[in-house]
Amino acid sequence: MGMTITEKILAKASGRDKVNPGENIWLNVDVLMTHDVCGPPTIGIWKREFGNDAKIWDKDKLVIFPDHYIFTANPQANRNVNILREFAAEYNLPNYYDVGTDRYKGVCHIALAEEGYNVPGTVLFGTDSHTCTSGAFGMFSTGVGNTDAAFILGTGKIWEKVPESLKFTFEGELPPYLTAKDLILQVLGDITTDGGTYRALEFDGSAVFAMQMDERMTLTNMAIEAGAMNGIIAADKVTEDYVKARTNKPYELFYSDGDAKYRQKFVYDASKMEPLVAKPHSPDNKDTVRNVEGTKLTKCYIGSCTGGKLSDFVNAAKLLFGNQVKVPTFVVPASTLVAKQLEEETISGVSLRQIFENAGCEIAQSSCAACLGGPMDTVGRATDGEVVISTTNRNFPGRMGSKKSEVYLASPYTVAASALTGVITDPRDFL
Amino acid sequence: MEKIIKGKAFVLGDNIDTDQIIPAEHLVYSLTDPEEVKMYGKYALSGVPLNSSGLPSGGILFTKETEYESEFSIIVGGSNFGCGSSREHAPFALQVAGAKAIIAESYARIFYRNSVDGGFVIPYETQIKLNDKIKTGDELEIDLVGNTVKNHTTEELYTLNPLGDILPIIEAGNIFEYARQNNMM
Ligand code: SF4
Repeated sequence: MGMTITEKILAKASGRDKVNPGENIWLNVDVLMTHDVCGPPTIGIWKREFGNDAKIWDKDKLVIFPDHYIFTANPQANRNVNILREFAAEYNLPNYYDVGTDRYKGVCHIALAEEGYNVPGTVLFGTDSHTCTSGAFGMFSTGVGNTDAAFILGTGKIWEKVPESLKFTFEGELPPYLTAKDLILQVLGDITTDGGTYRALEFDGSAVFAMQMDERMTLTNMAIEAGAMNGIIAADKVTEDYVKARTNKPYELFYSDGDAKYRQKFVYDASKMEPLVAKPHSPDNKDTVRNVEGTKLTKCYIGSCTGGKLSDFVNAAKLLFGNQVKVPTFVVPASTLVAKQLEEETISGVSLRQIFENAGCEIAQSSCAACLGGPMDTVGRATDGEVVISTTNRNFPGRMGSKKSEVYLASPYTVAASALTGVITDPRDFL
Repeated sequence: MEKIIKGKAFVLGDNIDTDQIIPAEHLVYSLTDPEEVKMYGKYALSGVPLNSSGLPSGGILFTKETEYESEFSIIVGGSNFGCGSSREHAPFALQVAGAKAIIAESYARIFYRNSVDGGFVIPYETQIKLNDKIKTGDELEIDLVGNTVKNHTTEELYTLNPLGDILPIIEAGNIFEYARQNNMM
């Protein structure tokens, strides 16, 4: 019996020839990532357990991005960043990306890719549920709690239960009005928010491999919305080119065997799919945009590690070019690099940034911003009674701010089309 | 560590989430002050709807209203046990109430990790559903070496999935103790 890509990577990281789903194994961790919300408690547990002369297992493998509660006057939020800053200074950490300096990056999962920490065949843990995003690079990545992160910080090791795999194959060509976001909303609708629990979601098929890294990351990013341990896409030339441009770390490519065992396989014809939304209040509450079109909106939001990458803004800009938004529309580039790219990338000679400004959008600084609500002064935060359409990943009650707001999740095309009309709108009406 | 866990079964359905295990309103109690810690035992599993609390009959409280500890020490659940928020209070509350082990078809990943790494309860998995075979109040005996559970009330014997590499963590008490014993820290 062959192995899946996830099983092969875990076997390598545990020093075994073969692992089987359900087995608990010890892994050597290649990278530990943390941020301003979970970093401080992780450091606290690490100090409590490892004592005063606690040592970080490998400073080069620890990466810290302040990104969640950044541009706020909230004192607890700012205290958290201060704890990280002091910790980084005390231990002379090479991979700390402080806010307020030109090293500041923005949302961790996007910054991990941009800064060359995503390396095919490796194992990455992070104190954030969307750490599964890095799986787009043919690697194993997953989120853990503070206790586990503290343990990794001191030992470089952690145990994990080998997941069973589910395979999602998207064949055919993606029509010009669809994005990876529509595909993953379909998957979530089909398997629900616990359909991936303790499992790996493997994405495959010609429509997936035709995507650039940005779009592939949207698929793996939302694996956690199905409860999955990890999402994964085998590396190809697109992946290798992206990685080689950012790091000279050695990498190893793994592929699932033809006779690997899957719990279930799903096959979709991408050319026949439709623009989708997740209705309030769950990412698996799938419907077609057509079925909910006309729903009145108070706000549109394009941002986060799911929908705030360059490709997301290119897609939104195609529709917004030369037009005016009818409801307040927020543009939040996930990283400072994406923010820079908004100025460099052009459509018909006009920069994306200029297109958004001309359309009447509010452009915010790079961070998680209102994706998770955040302190009261967070830009784009949902208030009582609001109906928001957003390119983010979660729409549980209160996720983007007020518990009395409603959030629809959709692709950047659908959000941009809706911004132009003030009601939920199918992007096919514009494209 | 004991090699045998004996106790009465408390049977629940599928998808027991952390809000049912310890409702959010009770998270205010200190996790270290002994007087306040007792409250976690009192309210453990208090969020489970009464008609599905203590299957198959339902209507049985895990911890009696006047008590702080449960008479049941082995919880038998279905699939996706411990789903929902990642609060570490959930397995802690079960431990405080006196639970020693859980037997379920599957667990939400973070609950499972928290249970083991914090040394709160032992999360056993089974290949087949046992929450429709075992009744609340049945006398169970888990053999931690043989990976079986014997139902003394019905005389049936079931196989448990081996704990694998996490057994030594459970034996040590928690992940940090384990690491100390193995010179990992
Ligand atoms: S952008 Fe949203 S989902 Fe992504 S890391 Fe930040 S808060 Fe989490």
